[in-house]
Amino acid sequence: MSLDAHLVVRRGDFTLDVRLTADPGEVVALLGPNGAGKTTALRAIAGLRGLDDGHVVVGGETLDDGHRRFVAPERRHIGVVFQQYLLFPHLSAIDNVAFGPRCRGASTAQARAVARDWLQRVGLAEHGRKKPRQLSGGQAQRVALARALATGPRLLLLDEPLAALDARTRLETRAHLRGHLSGHPGATILVTHDPLDAMMLADRLIVVEDGRVVQAADAATLTSRPRTDYVARLVGLNLYRGRADGTAVRLPGGFTLRVGTPHRGEVFVAFPPSAVALFAEQPAGSPRNTWPATVTSVARHGDALRIELSGPVVVAADVTAAAAVQLRLEPGRAVWAAVKATETDAYPAGAAGPQLP
Amino acid sequence: MGRRLLVTLLATAVVAGCGGPADHDTAGGTPSGQPVAGTVTVLAAASLTESFTRIGAAFHRAHPGATVRFSFGGSSGLAQQITAGAPADVFASANPDTMTTVTDAGDAAGKPVTFARNQLVIAVPKGNPQGISTVDQLASPGRKVALCAAQVPCGAAAQRALRAAGVRVTPVSQEQDVKAALAKVKLGEVDAALVYRTDVRAAGDVDGIEFPASASAINDYPIVALRAAPNPSGGAAFVAYVRSEPARAALAAAGFQRP
Amino acid sequence: MPAVAGLTFLVLPLLGLLVRAPWATLPRRLAEPAVLAALRLSLTTATLATVLCLVFGVPLAWLLARGSFPGRRLVRALVTVPMVLPPVVGGVALLLVFGRRGLVGGPLDAAFGVSLPFTTAGVVVAEAFVAMPFLVISVQGALRAADTRYEEAAATLGAGRWTVFRRVTLPMVAPGVAAGAVLCWARALGEFGATITFAGNFPGRTQTMPLAVYLALEQDVDAAIVLSLVLLTVSVAILAGLRDRWLGGAG
Repeated sequence: MSLDAHLVVRRGDFTLDVRLTADPGEVVALLGPNGAGKTTALRAIAGLRGLDDGHVVVGGETLDDGHRRFVAPERRHIGVVFQQYLLFPHLSAIDNVAFGPRCRGASTAQARAVARDWLQRVGLAEHGRKKPRQLSGGQAQRVALARALATGPRLLLLDEPLAALDARTRLETRAHLRGHLSGHPGATILVTHDPLDAMMLADRLIVVEDGRVVQAADAATLTSRPRTDYVARLVGLNLYRGRADGTAVRLPGGFTLRVGTPHRGEVFVAFPPSAVALFAEQPAGSPRNTWPATVTSVARHGDALRIELSGPVVVAADVTAAAAVQLRLEPGRAVWAAVKATETDAYPAGAAGPQLP
Repeated sequence: MGRRLLVTLLATAVVAGCGGPADHDTAGGTPSGQPVAGTVTVLAAASLTESFTRIGAAFHRAHPGATVRFSFGGSSGLAQQITAGAPADVFASANPDTMTTVTDAGDAAGKPVTFARNQLVIAVPKGNPQGISTVDQLASPGRKVALCAAQVPCGAAAQRALRAAGVRVTPVSQEQDVKAALAKVKLGEVDAALVYRTDVRAAGDVDGIEFPASASAINDYPIVALRAAPNPSGGAAFVAYVRSEPARAALAAAGFQRP
Repeated sequence: MPAVAGLTFLVLPLLGLLVRAPWATLPRRLAEPAVLAALRLSLTTATLATVLCLVFGVPLAWLLARGSFPGRRLVRALVTVPMVLPPVVGGVALLLVFGRRGLVGGPLDAAFGVSLPFTTAGVVVAEAFVAMPFLVISVQGALRAADTRYEEAAATLGAGRWTVFRRVTLPMVAPGVAAGAVLCWARALGEFGATITFAGNFPGRTQTMPLAVYLALEQDVDAAIVLSLVLLTVSVAILAGLRDRWLGGAG
């Protein structure tokens, strides 16, 4: 079933105010840094926390209107996979999965049959009698998923489903999770701070920062056209905001960037670190942005080295190890940076667009 | 080793209970015939609390140099403290049997003398709502009666009296002492209890009914000075004073009979 | 060193009992029906009192740990009052409520002819009154330490309050409940003041071991020591047994 939510939760100085919709079968990721309010949003949808305002409507039924109507979590039929999975430590894997069906009125035998079926589906048929502490992290994650799905929820919520796993298990579990999410007929909301998880698992991403939605887009748009520093950093792009006049974009500091396509008004300019070239002397040549810069840090980044630079614009550049040796790149070294106008992407910021810090 | 520890602990308990050690220096070497002085420590049965407190005050008026310090308690408990070496000058017991444990242990200085007698009565709530007048009414079904346990003196006396009356009473409770039995009457939890006349007199808010068979269970109260007394002359003087006319009057006022 | 002194202080009196025990006459004294009757009564009433405390104490502990209502701190303090109250005072208080003339006991007696004082049920009530705080405090502590997120997880799976409590909360605080029950049982077993005041003393009906010990002291110290030894042995045996089985992790 579909979800239509406007979540307003006040907690001291912090206010969460997020609009969120998801169609049946759609996976929507709530992406954002720690403390952005993602988990609070999830808890509000699940009914573990009441709304101060707004609404939660699932399949046309209002579950919370922030005032008079509040449906208790046990009556919402919303499945939740918690961050630390929260498998009941005193119950075996199969009894954990059977817990939901049992609560929904199934007999012990029926509930067990459903649970056995679900354990089979997540590939843990022979681990049913194990206690949670005897399961590996990846197995526990799958039991938690089976437990949430065994009740046949109309909406599935996942809170950092892969955060507790080590890198290798994560890769494997992510693929597995993807398979199950595509099989789930209801809407799914996924909370994560990991862009890779979000992009691999979700159809649509909603970026939340400081209690507010800063960008809602599909993975391709998000990675190519970020709207906040946080997203840009996540997807590894240099991002600037300025005022365009044709192909010249004037940044707040006074520096002007040349871009490939003409615009007018407030725009974002984004380009990857690999588009930045570094030189010992000022390079000659036409359609380039060039400026003097100083190396502030050098770090390994995949096969390349990532160089952070200060100057009229703060920028990150990726260079090969050979180039770095040749240019003797080290903190404090003065160099020239250059970016071709055609390698930049400029797009409108929009009147109500969020401000860069 | 175990025994010595027990003795020390009990002695400590008694001294602490009296509020500090007796004043040995001034009383220690006084030959008899000299003015009575210092602190006289008296261990006395709990039923003597009211009368002895009054007698102690009168004794102090008669011998301004002397002060009496009391420790009231169950007679058998006090006897155990004495045989365990508690430093006291006088012991007044509520029955001869417990006195015998003290004399048998060689802790008495001289022969105990009986200074008062006490008799059982039927204690009933004020106004006697159930109209109890004879001891055989205690045996009627549904009647709730408290007796003292047979192990304590008032219980032994109750057994004797009931046997003499030819009445079989099944109590609802065998109380650990006479005050506890009386408390049950006061609270209305029982219809009657067999307790000493002095206890009824002291309680005030219960009525006592005399019954003839109690004559066969009269309790003698013996008193004796103790051998290990820190203040022997003071102790002897107090024992003598208890048998004087003013003291007897105080005892009678409390409901005791003369020996 | 202070630890050793503390241990000595606790153990030496028990050794004193052993040293002073009349070993020669022990078998004969133990076989006395009065001793067995008192022991049986003590074990039965302490166990029943513990059951009573579990039935009422665990929900109370839950309310105190999880509920939010005005005056919760005050109620928490009130619950522990029987721990500091002299048990004799507790006994008198029970009489004033459940006695024949009591606030509750009076109407109860008039309507049904039911009277608690001087009955075995009265012993159970007195023991439960004194021992319940031990259970409540222990369970309350366990509940406050327990992770409530498991209860939320259960709720999202469709479990109502009662199901959550029965199938998630209770099993998770089971060690705390067990520890509380053992403490409660031990306290009930040793209960004297409230019992003798409220339930009186009648062999076979309300005379528990501590009462028998106290009365034996009036006449025969050796008999009292024997009774104390029996109580000591039984309680140490049971506590040690339970500890190994249930409290291994918690202890």
